[in-house]
Amino acid sequence: METTSYDILVVGGGGAGLRAAIAIAETDPNLSIAVISKVYPMRSHTVSAEGGAAAVIRSEDSLDAHAYDTVSGGDWLCDQDAVEVFVREAPEEMLRLEHWGCPWSRTADGHVAVRPFGGMKNERTWFAADKTGFHMLHTLYQTSLKYSPLTFFDEWFVTELLVEDGRCQGVVAIELATGKVGALLAKAVILTTGGCGKVFAFTTNANIKTGDGMALAYRAGVPLKDMEFVQYHPTGLPFTGILITEATRAEGGWLLNQDGYRYLQDYDLGKPEPKPVLRAMELGPRDRLSQAFVKEMEKGRTITTAYGEVVHLDIRHLGEKLIDAKLPFVRELCRKYENLDPVHEMIPVRPVVHYMMGGVHTDLEGATPLPGLYAAGEVACVSINGSNRLGSNSLTELLVFGARAGKAAARYAAETPPAVPGVLARAYAEERRLETLRRASGGERVAVLRTEMQQAMEKGAGIYRDEPGLRSTAAKIGELRVRCQRVWLDDRSLTFNTELVAFLELSNLLDVAEAMIQSGLERRESRGAHQRTDHPRRDDERFLAHSLAYRQDEGAPRIAYLPVTITRWPPGERVYGR
Amino acid sequence: MPETTATISLEVLRYRPEEAAEPVWQSYEVPLRRDWMVLDGLNHIKDSLDGSLSYRWACRMGVCGSCGMMVNGKPTLTCATYLAGLGPGPIRVEPLSGFPVIRDLVVDLRDFIDKLKSVKPWLLRGDEKPLADGEYLQTPDELAEYKPYSMCINCMLCYSACPIYALEPEFVGPAAIALAQRYNLDSRDDGAAERLDILSRHDGIWACTFVGECSAVCPKGVDPAAAIQRYKVGATAAWWRSVLMPWGTR
Repeated sequence: METTSYDILVVGGGGAGLRAAIAIAETDPNLSIAVISKVYPMRSHTVSAEGGAAAVIRSEDSLDAHAYDTVSGGDWLCDQDAVEVFVREAPEEMLRLEHWGCPWSRTADGHVAVRPFGGMKNERTWFAADKTGFHMLHTLYQTSLKYSPLTFFDEWFVTELLVEDGRCQGVVAIELATGKVGALLAKAVILTTGGCGKVFAFTTNANIKTGDGMALAYRAGVPLKDMEFVQYHPTGLPFTGILITEATRAEGGWLLNQDGYRYLQDYDLGKPEPKPVLRAMELGPRDRLSQAFVKEMEKGRTITTAYGEVVHLDIRHLGEKLIDAKLPFVRELCRKYENLDPVHEMIPVRPVVHYMMGGVHTDLEGATPLPGLYAAGEVACVSINGSNRLGSNSLTELLVFGARAGKAAARYAAETPPAVPGVLARAYAEERRLETLRRASGGERVAVLRTEMQQAMEKGAGIYRDEPGLRSTAAKIGELRVRCQRVWLDDRSLTFNTELVAFLELSNLLDVAEAMIQSGLERRESRGAHQRTDHPRRDDERFLAHSLAYRQDEGAPRIAYLPVTITRWPPGERVYGR
Repeated sequence: MPETTATISLEVLRYRPEEAAEPVWQSYEVPLRRDWMVLDGLNHIKDSLDGSLSYRWACRMGVCGSCGMMVNGKPTLTCATYLAGLGPGPIRVEPLSGFPVIRDLVVDLRDFIDKLKSVKPWLLRGDEKPLADGEYLQTPDELAEYKPYSMCINCMLCYSACPIYALEPEFVGPAAIALAQRYNLDSRDDGAAERLDILSRHDGIWACTFVGECSAVCPKGVDPAAAIQRYKVGATAAWWRSVLMPWGTR
């Protein structure tokens, strides 16, 4: 087996990974860095983010206001020390991206422009029209090319973390083009692989969002934190699940039921005004808006289409000029994928799985409990997002915690000896396992198992949950795990074997699904995005705590709890629109 | 999902180097649904008919740039092209032309990555302003100057369409030149002369006949042909200056 050594490996080439890699190179140019990604970095899912990235920049705004919006938006499950670090470092990180050339939208006098966003009491969301993630990712990738300590392993799929002597010392990965299995050894590994929306059937997430980093850490004994909190974005296109950005509502769009009525006024989100009001109505937080949709559907006031129930997102009154200037991608997506022009027609939308608040348990430096292993971005849970992330906080999170993880890993690597030869025995065992998997000759098709998993998750772990539903999904996931041992692959070849990758991704998804379900079962309260119809109230006595899911060799994960860090904002009521 | 009984055939060019030295056509019958893109047809094949078909895809919303292929002989983003618009079929799907094929519909992009890096696609400045001094000011008009060139999703359709890249592999190519131009035209950048030096060393740029195939296939309206043309004009002017005024700065 080919073995290569670097000081630090970054697994994942999206926003967090590239920011981390650059941070390492700038902290210590003598460190060698490998960025390993299963896709070319510019294909990473950061590319799909639309609306913007939050950071305080106006004099009328304050770091405390951003922190309070974030903490209350997260229903007090955010660690407030993490939130304080986040809001403090956000402006500098955003400016750095400006200095690297990100094409931020501007005001007439040339300053960076900001727009309102859901759950934010001030305008602080930086944007590059409505392709913010695309521009951030390409700016980061193009900028990263100037750092000579970086080596890119494009289209390499990581299958295992190499852990020996109680520390992470590298990974095993498949080079997709050749099927060659390699060991990449290092003093530190940073996971930046993003989320796992593909656990669900209806998601904004790209096909590549399969929870790889979460599963890698979980299998190495690292706990997954707050996995029960799944964000439904209130406005996805039916059938495709393509995201229609919250910026449509920030610019003044309305959500209407079948009677053309702005129904959010019935759900304690304020009164309808012609112009957008911050922290009210259509600019409420995503969890509350998605929940309101379900209630509205139960009242029979949604619109029935071939692809399920929808409501209407109306931006016609914004006018063609504003739409083309600030929401051109929305217009392009609607025309291309929905065959309608939002300048003249209403957009059918429904809630869609969008983001995982939970992830690999880390501290403020991105360090996991496993020495040598770091994580940042959606794969990680610091936690600044609590039980419900505010729109436009996640792109900023990539930068702030990507950079922190990079710097922390650089410091750690500088004082850590190289990987021990013993890890290679593990690498060889993994190579043999992969060889066996490639010849899998049971009777189950990967796509069938994946579809059954996705349907079970939609059924039992959707916007509203209860014990029987979660239990039946848990049983289904258990059944799928067993059937996953009997997969049949049509493709036995080494060269770019995407079926083998899909098989490995499926086992990652099942690992993550199991953690989500068990965490959801044991959190017998309703908070943020986790709504239990059988436990409808928030219970701070028992559950002002992060769940930690630990993988067990047999059966469901063990769930432990970690108190939430409260610094300055004691738990209170979430108030929107009043 | 609405039921349909209509189908359409996809003829896919398969190349499996471990089995055969030459590519072969394979035909698949997929449901013809109103909302399905060519990519949905391929996913149907992969999931239900033949798991051994290999291709790339990720976002399915036309922004990640992964799923470019030849569809009926044209470079096409398959997640943004309806099956129904290509009826009655059969629809021929091949790997992007102009690139070495790794497997089935997967082509080798490493040459582009090297070329992209060669044009220094990052902000080059003589002086770095400290972050504490805030952002570089840039008016909406200044932003508009380079913004179209920043919209490239690296989908490689333009390379596939480019008659020069096919003949002259040294050619930096449309997308990389457009991205170089994206930085050259950015009011915050001072690197235009440096990039011009790099580009004028390559012969390919002079071979471009400005037929504009690259711009015609671009799914994002980037217009690389215009970028190349501006480059040639800029490079010619710089060359004349260096001949006529060798003592002058560029």
